[in-house]
Amino acid sequence: MALILELCLIGIASGSIYAIGAMGFVLIYKSSGIFNFAMGEMMMIGAYFLYTGMVIFGLSLYAALPLALLASALLAAGMERWLLRPLLGQPHEVMIMVLFGAGAMLRGIAGMVWGHDILRLPEILPRKPVFIGDILIPGTLFWGFLMMIAIFGGFIVYYRFSRTGVAIRATADDQTTAECMGINIRGMFLFTWVMAGLLATAAGIVGASVNGLSPYLGNVALEVIAVVLLAGLTSIGGTLLAGAIVGVMLTLIGFYLGGAFQQFMPYLLVLLVMIVRPRGLFGTKLVERI
Amino acid sequence: MAGNILEIIDLDVGYAGGITGLAGLSLKVPAGQMVALLGANGAGKSTTLKAISNLLPFEGGRVRRGTIRFEGRDITNIPAYKLSRMGLIHVREGRRVFSTMTVHENLVAASYALGKRAALDLSRRCDDIYRTFPHLERRKNLLAGYLSGGEQQMLAIGRALVGEPKLMLIDEASLGLAPVIAAEIFKVISRINVERGISVLLVEQNAMLALRHSVHGYVLDNGRSVLDGPARDLLHDPMVIERYLGGAGVPKAAERASA
Repeated sequence: MALILELCLIGIASGSIYAIGAMGFVLIYKSSGIFNFAMGEMMMIGAYFLYTGMVIFGLSLYAALPLALLASALLAAGMERWLLRPLLGQPHEVMIMVLFGAGAMLRGIAGMVWGHDILRLPEILPRKPVFIGDILIPGTLFWGFLMMIAIFGGFIVYYRFSRTGVAIRATADDQTTAECMGINIRGMFLFTWVMAGLLATAAGIVGASVNGLSPYLGNVALEVIAVVLLAGLTSIGGTLLAGAIVGVMLTLIGFYLGGAFQQFMPYLLVLLVMIVRPRGLFGTKLVERI
Repeated sequence: MAGNILEIIDLDVGYAGGITGLAGLSLKVPAGQMVALLGANGAGKSTTLKAISNLLPFEGGRVRRGTIRFEGRDITNIPAYKLSRMGLIHVREGRRVFSTMTVHENLVAASYALGKRAALDLSRRCDDIYRTFPHLERRKNLLAGYLSGGEQQMLAIGRALVGEPKLMLIDEASLGLAPVIAAEIFKVISRINVERGISVLLVEQNAMLALRHSVHGYVLDNGRSVLDGPARDLLHDPMVIERYLGGAGVPKAAERASA
């Protein structure tokens, strides 16, 4: 029993990382209707930016983290401005292909620059295991989870209550009308990409702290997309619960059935969700077939 | 040109695929007045409003030729969000409230039309809207999607007022509303026009309702203006009566209105 509880807690904690990535994904989808299939690679690159600052240039965390966030924000802004803006008005399939391509390029570039070996991030999150009663949780995962929850809460408050949050939601609700009300919707697209880039970096850094850093960290996108679809494409808040569900499921399956099952389970979950409940748990709109 | 807040000269609009939207349209809106655009479906009424507020690019259309002047300035290439910050605000057809947001959040979103003044003026502007529409204040925390059609139209108009427009373009304000509610909406529009001196250019299916509240009317056909004149005269014009006011039964109502 204690073992199952332990696995569940570990699952919830790792699910929170997917949830933050998913939140960035949903943010972009809601504001501009674009499936950002490069989200996983944005997480991966963000973590490499931090690694570069801390390990290669020997900066402290407090210097390297802002720089990594800045670099990811610039990367996200560049992707919006130079990859997607020129395609405005093109069919969505084109944008999806371009983003797949961008993801593959980022993966390739990461391999060329930083190599394909699994690197260890410096110890940002304490590794010392945390005990809750008799249950043991790896330290990085525990503190990473707390960070993810703090970021999640902060973002939800911002999204719900700030004037910019209102403008993002207005743009998500009806782009043309938002523009009529004085909201610069192209500016909003750019802004949501930057926000998503920052969220991706936070999730990527925590993910890399837990599991190590390699160009294939971006494959976590599959879990992220499973979370997105389970939550329903349009639900920002739902990503947390959906993240926990996916995280618990993967941890239990990985433990009892082994890694082979764990690898294709996200696909199976996505498939089941699409068949049983295409709106996801909290979504409002029907997902367009892609 | 003095006295015209809006002036359109010889405007051609085309859509993707070579479809013509407007062909040589000219019209004027005198400052502080209410002007109605009438015409059958597809005559180019909504296209005219979208050309003015620069929404055509959202639908694959563009101005091919001609000039649109707002307060004397050529605005043909100014993006829609900047136009609304200059005081030209479009109330779109179908109400288009942000249905997943509360009534109050709808007003907050619209404060972007105030540009940099928004931070200072937001609460004052919202109070002003709630004074004009007490009904909306009672529902300020309700999701806009749950409002009735009439309330949504009130919100759409109130939301535009947040931005302190000088000219409002109103597309089909009475569409899908019960006659009593439509009449109420037009009373509100008239009041806004008279009390606040906001100029109004409106597109309306219900020609009778529009002409009764307007000073001047244009009849559009095939993308150009085929007839225009004082609204009072149009209400008695045999061609207008036959085509847009529903034939013989209506003149009585028209007389009642002008009496």
